[in-house]
Amino acid sequence: MSKFKKKGKKGAPAITTASLPDIVFMLLFFFMVVTKMRDSEIMVKIQVPNASELQKLEKKSLVTHIYIGSPVEKYIPQMGTAPRIQLNDQFAEATQIPLFIANEKTKVVRAKDRDKMTCAMRVDKGVKMGIVTDVKTELRKIDFRKVSYLATDLGE
Amino acid sequence: MKTKKRIVPVISAGSLADVAFLLLIFFLVATTIQTDTGLNVLLPAWSENERFEPIENRNVLSVLINSENELMIEGERAQLSDLQTRTEQLILKEAKSPRLAIISLQNDHGTSYETYLAVYNEIKAGYNHIWEDESLRRFGQHYDDLDKKSQADVRKNYPLVISEVEPSRIAINQ
Repeated sequence: MSKFKKKGKKGAPAITTASLPDIVFMLLFFFMVVTKMRDSEIMVKIQVPNASELQKLEKKSLVTHIYIGSPVEKYIPQMGTAPRIQLNDQFAEATQIPLFIANEKTKVVRAKDRDKMTCAMRVDKGVKMGIVTDVKTELRKIDFRKVSYLATDLGE
Repeated sequence: MKTKKRIVPVISAGSLADVAFLLLIFFLVATTIQTDTGLNVLLPAWSENERFEPIENRNVLSVLINSENELMIEGERAQLSDLQTRTEQLILKEAKSPRLAIISLQNDHGTSYETYLAVYNEIKAGYNHIWEDESLRRFGQHYDDLDKKSQADVRKNYPLVISEVEPSRIAINQ
């Protein structure tokens, strides 16, 4: 007499899928953490230059972006190939910058933080300085002087 | 023909979660979330009528970049690689005091942004080098490891002043 009954036929056991949701969840979390939210579509081709003396941009909420580069293929028929400025979701002229900055400033809730705002210039390396100078001049005129020229590290 | 009946072995899925966890933790540790990096710059204040205060020439290092992306330091053609040493020389030796040292940077409308930034980078590298030396001497620590106040303290003695002249269509005479 045996306590353990021998099972008769052994069929193909089902592979448990109980942990599958966990795995999927984990992947989800992983991608949630890693992905960077991009708030506006970039309509200009930008390859930032290299530099070595870089600093990290702190306080994402206090950073406004200005993009300068040649329009991507989709927009060439309308805009041509000459380098353009992109503010938010549209092409713009340098003269629109004061209004754009004023708008961005209102988005910062605490008035105290508004002085700490930085303008991140994401500029293509092939762009001539003329258009960049126009932007700089506009920023200086409205006394918005903290600027960061985005670049990548030479080592990477 | 007789086919042998295969016995499908049990794949234990219990440890799968552990494996996934390990992977997750590995990636969490290994990935650095990409942050934007850039050269931080404080633009000069705007004044309607540009006044030129007479500044002693020995305190100024004039740097020009023309539309051909050629570099001129103090009236002579120069290589980009010289700029960092020239900057350090100006601050430590040529200028009356490091506090008075000014770098005057002028570019052309046709200068490429890449060159401009490379030049700016070299000047910044010169200053960073000096700040690093100074903080090692005074605090025995790397500049990056100092707290904000000490960093400002170090910078006070060697302020980074870059005066940007309005760009014109300058040409370097050879």
